[in-house]
Amino acid sequence: MLKTRIIPCLDVADGRVVKGVNFVDLVDAGDPVEAAKAYDAAGADELCFLDIHATHENRGTMYDLVTRTAEQCFMPLTVGGGVRSHEDVRQLLLAGADKVSFNSAAVADPEVVAGAADRFGSQCIVVAIDAKTVETDENGQGVRWDIFTHGGRRATGVDALDFARTVAARGAGEILLTSMDRDGTRAGFNLPLTRAIADAVSIPVIASGGVGNLDHFVEGVREGHASAVLAASIFHFGEYTIREAKEHMAAAGIPVRLT
Amino acid sequence: MLTALIDYESGNLHSAEKAFQRMARETGAGEVVVTDDPEIVSRADRIVLPGDGAFPSCRRALFEHSGLFEAIDEAVNRRARPFFGICIGMQMLADTGHEYEETPGFGWIGGEVTAITPADPSLKVPHMGWNDLVIDHAHPVLKGIETGTHAYFVHSYHFRVTDAAERLAHCDYGGEITAIVGRDNIFGTQFHPEKSQAPGLAIIANFLGWRP
Repeated sequence: MLKTRIIPCLDVADGRVVKGVNFVDLVDAGDPVEAAKAYDAAGADELCFLDIHATHENRGTMYDLVTRTAEQCFMPLTVGGGVRSHEDVRQLLLAGADKVSFNSAAVADPEVVAGAADRFGSQCIVVAIDAKTVETDENGQGVRWDIFTHGGRRATGVDALDFARTVAARGAGEILLTSMDRDGTRAGFNLPLTRAIADAVSIPVIASGGVGNLDHFVEGVREGHASAVLAASIFHFGEYTIREAKEHMAAAGIPVRLT
Repeated sequence: MLTALIDYESGNLHSAEKAFQRMARETGAGEVVVTDDPEIVSRADRIVLPGDGAFPSCRRALFEHSGLFEAIDEAVNRRARPFFGICIGMQMLADTGHEYEETPGFGWIGGEVTAITPADPSLKVPHMGWNDLVIDHAHPVLKGIETGTHAYFVHSYHFRVTDAAERLAHCDYGGEITAIVGRDNIFGTQFHPEKSQAPGLAIIANFLGWRP
């Protein structure tokens, strides 16, 4: 049986982990490679690097980081942030990424996803969707969500559900769905959004944004229908270990890989 | 001892290269080189064919390298060098692939590569993530790998093997999915051993010491 994946995400800026990772005695809490090794040893199912200040000038730093991580961590690695072209995808795959995530470039032109999937295979093309609730019903429940880019600052007017269907049809292999309403709030995933997208597409959806406790992971899978759950700070600061998260999910009846 | 990891510009070779190099170092299995040179393939003691992507484009890319497939074929089928296919590199062992269009495979392990169609419609495709193996037949490369061991899969098509004796392991995903194939000096995994943490590295080490 396929297991639900738990994916720690490292926000990286100029080759350093933003805010650091402090759950074990790392020589350098800001070194993404050190953090990746620690998560590998802790039994994370995949890793995600997000380059939050991606610019043309600092791409080399990211490639180097990915290369050094792939030399030491024999587990799946997704890299996102600033990916615009097929050449960006190729460079990251060559550096050692297993999956590469498009974000605003796919919103600007969904055909970039089709071309990349055709050339490199759907299995390595992820589309990151950052969505905000733009319409609620009488109970305050979200019923419509739009895509926002540039860290949630820029509205695009693109419906998240339509877009998810579009990129899935264009050959995306996976969707990394972040609720901009919930990101950083520790209030749990945006479950109506997650469920709406997960039910609308036949590809796996990773839920992201808002995890504050271990029950949130269970809800994301059970109520949000996510195939995988992603979190950052809850793990980075040692509040919970990957093992504790998995044991909690297993106790709730969700199949996980306990190593 | 020389292990040739075939580079035909298909997907991520870096992690496969690093995983094979690390295990070669740990087991004293000699040198691992990434190559598209038929001459080096001819000299190699072991051959690894990785691959990510679609069946037709991978096959095309492999055959576009003049003399490369011929060198692999000769090493594997005439000189019985141990061969390890990974993901698409394993699927290409089949008679035919049905991804996008009908494409001939190597025909080294009988069967067809067809779309995954889980009996449970709520199961997503690609089959992506960690699944537990069910060992169908013991094999020297699977030493230490038991039913219940997890491996990392990512694929939308799967290998339906004709001869049950050549399917060494499977996993369950709304039906049985071939996980490992093998016969004689030929071995292949649908999952990525180079991404499967400790069990994956163990399989690589076993392969590097395998004398079929």
